[in-house]
Amino acid sequence: MGVCIEVQGGGKTYASTRGPVIALADVGLSVHEGEFLALLGPSGCGKSTLLRAIAGLDLLTAGAITLRGKPINQPPERMGMVFQRDVLLDWRSIRDNVLLAAEFQGLPKRAHEARAMALLERFGLGAFADRHPWELSGGMRQRAAICRALLCEPEILLMDEPFGALDAMTRDDLNLELSRIQRDGARTIVFVTHSIAEAVYLSDRVAVMSTGPGRVVEVFDIDLPRPRPLALRETPEFARHVAAIRGLFSRLGIVKE
Amino acid sequence: MARDSHAPGIGGTFAVLLVLLLCWEAAVWFFAPAPILLPPPSSIMAELWSSPRYFLRHAGFTLWTTLAGFGLAVVLGVALAVAIVASRWADRVITTILVVMNSLPKVALAPLFVIWMGTGAEPKIAIAVMLAIFSIVADVALGLRSVDPDALALARVHRATGWRILWKVRFPNALPALFVGMKVAISFALVGAIVGEFVGGSAGLGHVILIAQGQFDTVRVFAALFVLGVIGTLLFYIVEAAERVALPWHVSQRSQHSSQR
Repeated sequence: MGVCIEVQGGGKTYASTRGPVIALADVGLSVHEGEFLALLGPSGCGKSTLLRAIAGLDLLTAGAITLRGKPINQPPERMGMVFQRDVLLDWRSIRDNVLLAAEFQGLPKRAHEARAMALLERFGLGAFADRHPWELSGGMRQRAAICRALLCEPEILLMDEPFGALDAMTRDDLNLELSRIQRDGARTIVFVTHSIAEAVYLSDRVAVMSTGPGRVVEVFDIDLPRPRPLALRETPEFARHVAAIRGLFSRLGIVKE
Repeated sequence: MARDSHAPGIGGTFAVLLVLLLCWEAAVWFFAPAPILLPPPSSIMAELWSSPRYFLRHAGFTLWTTLAGFGLAVVLGVALAVAIVASRWADRVITTILVVMNSLPKVALAPLFVIWMGTGAEPKIAIAVMLAIFSIVADVALGLRSVDPDALALARVHRATGWRILWKVRFPNALPALFVGMKVAISFALVGAIVGEFVGGSAGLGHVILIAQGQFDTVRVFAALFVLGVIGTLLFYIVEAAERVALPWHVSQRSQHSSQR
């Protein structure tokens, strides 16, 4: 598999009133074409900072990020993003919120309506297309946000702790749906999370990050077969992967045993 | 559900007003002050009834200068707010000019406006704009600015241009604030129009009050004030009704919206 996104010597330093704060230092990471990669780490390890740099939203202060060899200086084409909060606009119906992805790019709204409805149907929101965000539950809202990110067929999907604010059952549900998207979309997904189990369940590879300063410590290959039913999480192979990653966190002093 | 007893609310307001007017009537009847000091409500109504065309004509003039001033203040105010949000330089220049303008007494400026623009509708409209524009600019600028940073990030991820972000995110986000500003501005526009009429001209309720005062016709002064009060109240509630229609999605309107269905 070819390299899709490459980070070399990535560093990010913020200026603050107490002097410079180093968020990321010497980050090296390759994301392969079509893979599902999780950025896993405790809060403050700079995983969201790294994702925003890949998105072209905030640039790094050191090193380089390239997308298929070209440096990322601004948000690249054909990229979708899902945030921790659904960021649905209150004044738009669910359908119009999904269509926003096309409208922002100046693409004709009408040409995308059929796809928007198909996505909503697929995510069980067909009956809610004309409702407004505040009429939906948190899980339904985040589903709509995923539909919005998928509307324009992104080649790269960036997800910043998308299920962090949801209850455990909704989270399971969306994990399952996300692994389905991954399977039939053939798109590259970078997924930020602080849940080891979520990272192992969803990913082809897990990049473990650590704090002080934020950096990528080790990348784990998750060779579990796909499709992955939720029950996979109760198998010994799954537990082995989780234990390996937890062991690393423990050695780093992030998790105490 | 809090306000679905809306109609009885209006009825209650009218009942209280009616009681107050009756107290006023009784007090005048009981203490019998000179009519030049305080006429009873019944005389004020009789005054309005005796020359309805006169009051209608002048009220019409005041209403038109008020609405023209208000409309201009909204259009100019929104444009200035966009400029303020778009550039830090414009923010400093425009905000400073507005603060200076707002701290000048309009009563002192009004004669100048008459000298520059004559005694027609123009100086009245200009003063109405000056009074009304401040709250529009301040509120809309705040509304345009206080956008969820993640919504801006989302727009940037989808490579939206500045204008598209303004149109699709910032403007709708600022609408509730615009209505707050408009509710303040509509009353200020009316005051501005009256201030203008006090200084020069031959039409409007301000002019009626000025002339009646000169003739010690207190009943007519009160009649004009009564009409002014009615106009001001109606205009405020029209803006509020427009708000309800325009912002069914806003938090402040939701409970009413859903109880209507």
